[in-house]
Amino acid sequence: MIDTDVLIVGAGPTGLFCAHQLGIIGLKCEIVDNLDKLGGQCIELYPDKPIYDIPAIPECTGEELTNNLIEQIKPFKTNFHLSDRVEEVKKEKNKWLVKTNKGKEFKVSSIIIAGGVGSFEPRKFPLKECEKFEEKSVLYSIKDKNIFYNKTVSIFGGGDSALDWAIELSAISKVQLIHRRDEFRGAQASVNKVKELNKEGKIELLTKYHLSSINGDKKIESINIKHDDGGSKNIETDYLLGFFGLIMQLGPITNWKLNLDKKHISVNTENFETNQKGIFAIGDICTYTGKLKLILSGFHEAALAARGCFKYAKPDEKLRFEFTTTSKSVHSRLGIKKDD
Amino acid sequence: MAKIKYIEHNGKEHEIDVANGFSVMEGAVQNIPGIDADCGGGMACATCHVYVKEDWFNKLPEKAEGEDDMLDQAYQPSPSSRLSCQITVSDKLNGLVVHLPEKQV
Repeated sequence: MIDTDVLIVGAGPTGLFCAHQLGIIGLKCEIVDNLDKLGGQCIELYPDKPIYDIPAIPECTGEELTNNLIEQIKPFKTNFHLSDRVEEVKKEKNKWLVKTNKGKEFKVSSIIIAGGVGSFEPRKFPLKECEKFEEKSVLYSIKDKNIFYNKTVSIFGGGDSALDWAIELSAISKVQLIHRRDEFRGAQASVNKVKELNKEGKIELLTKYHLSSINGDKKIESINIKHDDGGSKNIETDYLLGFFGLIMQLGPITNWKLNLDKKHISVNTENFETNQKGIFAIGDICTYTGKLKLILSGFHEAALAARGCFKYAKPDEKLRFEFTTTSKSVHSRLGIKKDD
Repeated sequence: MAKIKYIEHNGKEHEIDVANGFSVMEGAVQNIPGIDADCGGGMACATCHVYVKEDWFNKLPEKAEGEDDMLDQAYQPSPSSRLSCQITVSDKLNGLVVHLPEKQV
């Protein structure tokens, strides 16, 4: 059980800056994010695209912004729990108990949800029948490639994951790469390699096809794929791998009894607290009259929500308003040593 | 301005006047369900996916570079798929009909 002041859900720019704001006022926090890296949408969706509306930064990329935020919160030695997702929350006396997907437990006085548009999850096959084979023979990520040894594997998708796994598995399995169009969006070198392996007969390429049905009861026996021109094909397979990129879903947070407005969490604009005392929501995931989905708005919300957490973390203390330019206690929290 | 007809997957039709220069996504997102546009028009998410039947498909402005890459990641893409954030409205699109997929995520 990790006992701390605040749990931040989401390590995008808003969550990262919130760790800074909490640190400045002397509160401790831990951050959970479902991705395996920091930066949220900035890193996952547009690492190389320039952003022009961060105050006082004329231009920076999502990656640069993330790196700068990581640098800025270094003094606070924040713990990150990546590739993990918050699942359950429970109130116990005046604390919140939070459990994650991986079984970690936190005991905190406040939770700040900075979850963007939700957690990134793999997009699945649209076909309903896929669900019953999921995690057995329909997979969206690979933990142990040895299970495919001498098996027939049908890989769907046209990006790097699909291409890389097609190449890798072609050495140990019979690989069929199925994609909805002729062009692939993965790295050119991988595309060339796949085409080469296709010529050598090591990868079967089936383009302009999509999955139309699965045959088999306990175990997949074969699948039907449909061509854009209407024709169908039945192919035998042991495994289906789907690599269709990531989608964003609110996930288990929907069960936290928060007031929701479509895919957003309703908050007040005084400190961005939700209808649940001690649970705050900031950044793209929150909504209120006049909400702008901008990083700069997320920063503002982070500053106020952090201060909103203070009374729960330190009910007997009074929060003092201080500037980073002059406050000795802030300087000591930032680890700044001055000679005079 | 163009009058654009959005048809939900359940058949429900919405006719919306969309000003020139706005995208087909923007015309829908405030008014009707079925278009999420999670990334806000940045062509980074594939949740403003629509189908456009042949008669209109060929009259639309060409797909943006990378649009097909993003459509690979949409829910049930087909050859008639477009990202509605990449279709800019002009008078020429008056009467355009777009069909919404069953869902976006």
